[in-house]
Amino acid sequence: MAAGAASGGSATTDTYREARTWLLLPSWLILAGLSLIPVCLMLIYSFLTKEFRGGVIWDFSLAAYDQFFFDRGLFGDDPAQIEWTYIAIFWRSIWQASAATLLSLAIGFPTAYFIATRPERNRAIWVFLITIPYWVNLLIRTVSMKFLLRDQGPLNDMLIGIGLIDTPIHIVNTNFAVQLGLFYSYLPFMVLPIYAAVERYNFSLSEAAADLYASKFTTLRRILLPAVKPGVVAGCILVFVPSLGSFLAPDLLGGAKNFMIGSLIEEQFKGNAGNWPFGAAASMILLTIVLILLLIFARQQARAEKEAH
Amino acid sequence: MNQDNIAINVQRAVKRYGTFTALKEISLSIYDNEFFTLLGPSGCGKTTLLRMIAGFEDVTEGAIQLFGQEIETLPPNKRPVNTVFQNYALFPHMSILDNVAFGLEMLGRSKSEARAKAGEMLELVQLSQFAKRKPSQLSGGQQQRVALARALAPQPKVLLLDEPLSALDLKLRKAMQIELKHLQRETGITFIFVTHDQEEALTMSDRIAVMSAGELQQLGSPRDIYEAPRNMFVADFIGETNLLEVSVDDIQNGRATCHLGGGHELTCNEVQGIGVGAKVHMSLRPERLFISEAAKETASLRGKVVENIFVGTDISTIVDLADGPNFIVRTSNSDRGNKRIFEPGSDVFVNMELGAARLLVD
Repeated sequence: MAAGAASGGSATTDTYREARTWLLLPSWLILAGLSLIPVCLMLIYSFLTKEFRGGVIWDFSLAAYDQFFFDRGLFGDDPAQIEWTYIAIFWRSIWQASAATLLSLAIGFPTAYFIATRPERNRAIWVFLITIPYWVNLLIRTVSMKFLLRDQGPLNDMLIGIGLIDTPIHIVNTNFAVQLGLFYSYLPFMVLPIYAAVERYNFSLSEAAADLYASKFTTLRRILLPAVKPGVVAGCILVFVPSLGSFLAPDLLGGAKNFMIGSLIEEQFKGNAGNWPFGAAASMILLTIVLILLLIFARQQARAEKEAH
Repeated sequence: MNQDNIAINVQRAVKRYGTFTALKEISLSIYDNEFFTLLGPSGCGKTTLLRMIAGFEDVTEGAIQLFGQEIETLPPNKRPVNTVFQNYALFPHMSILDNVAFGLEMLGRSKSEARAKAGEMLELVQLSQFAKRKPSQLSGGQQQRVALARALAPQPKVLLLDEPLSALDLKLRKAMQIELKHLQRETGITFIFVTHDQEEALTMSDRIAVMSAGELQQLGSPRDIYEAPRNMFVADFIGETNLLEVSVDDIQNGRATCHLGGGHELTCNEVQGIGVGAKVHMSLRPERLFISEAAKETASLRGKVVENIFVGTDISTIVDLADGPNFIVRTSNSDRGNKRIFEPGSDVFVNMELGAARLLVD
């Protein structure tokens, strides 16, 4: 129907509009069905009462949010104090996800740059090589990582073998292990957008900068980075957001001490100990934090853009 | 000219990419204050040579000196030369003013000083009112002038221009040719200009180096190159010409008598290195030929007029020589009163002044 409507005239323009509405319908359905409705469900569940063995009772209640933010003592009748446990978990999660994002950027940017500067026919092969490990299930990759990093694992064996250290370094069950796990889980999400941006970059701009007496570092900072910034931003968001809600790497590599939001939420929906409204409330709070962070970022971007004009 | 006047000295420079040789032992000297053009078809190595001078390509063999100082091992940001790029390569995220100020800032000037100087440069290219805009908000011609201002702002010793006018339309290109020439005179900076457009090269240059297949074919003033081409390539590449295969019969008093198939004979000035009995090529510029009813002493080329083609400023007449090739003769339209235009089918003789024909060494 779009083909027939393409020719001019006001009558056909109407047909065209109608066709466009119908053709866009699948995308609207997907957006509504896969993001809007689940978020609404989650919002509703967070305001319901918990059923003892999982599930919910359809009674309006603020108990989940109350539990998250306030401590009312063991029996719930002490004066309300701020409950720091969950806020601390959130804070640690943001910190861990940020560290993982920076680590991904530090490794992903040079990698993407390397691939984008290879001869055109080889680039696809490099991208392919980067993605191969990701054909393996995330769980298996994370467990394998634990084996690699543990005290008697190959990494420590090798370091001791070449005489760099005498006693094994404890990596498993530390913050760093979690960052490493997150980094490895989401690295391609950093590499691919940056690669796409660098590939589009006009390298004669770097030549022009060198011609105008800029050092290599200055060229990187003042010419290349601003040009590929959209790719870097996309990569950081794509690594940061899933890292924040991740539970596999923190569970397997971090141990009980290095609990993150993802694990907290996961537990509320697992087995009999669960608390669905509380899990939904924690998810909503997480969603709100991410949205606020992205909004702040977007506004700053817009302001920087405006100033530059 | 003496040694002190040499801005760029290229000594036996060779450039190889793997087994492919892009430049085969080029040696040339470019003088200070000169508007020097590297001219040749695409793939002749002219851009490679320019990029070697700028520092973007390393020199496989040989040396390049800038005012006597060896520069071939210096990275581009250490060479006091600046480039105007073919696609301008303006920094898209910076304002026009910041683009022009960039080089000065990199040389360590304060931001305010760099901007003040950049403002002056923009005045010079008449773009002051666009200082705050982004490159994408400018037309091609304006971007071109920004690129020029940016490259001139740090006051380089030599300015390199890589086909800077090729993206502009004809009218704008002609205007920019004159503007560039003026700018070169005003600033006194040595310009090295790369182009494949022979007319552009003839219009602007003090001297031209004609290149082909990685080799220097001829080096000289526009007039030299046009009127005394050294070989077939130069004669054919620069302007329009009639190329004939001739045998040299006799040389006397600096004049060579030659003949070509079909009993045609003509006389021209002797060229060193071509003796009696040599079979060589000859170049005849169409605008230096004329048509008459009778033979003259310098030539006896008999033929028939095939066609007259009106090309604006001139009329091109195609003459079919008896037992010989087709000839193009150009008559200026301003000459119409004096010279007769023969109808197609007329039997005529093609004539020339002495010196209009040029024997080619190879």
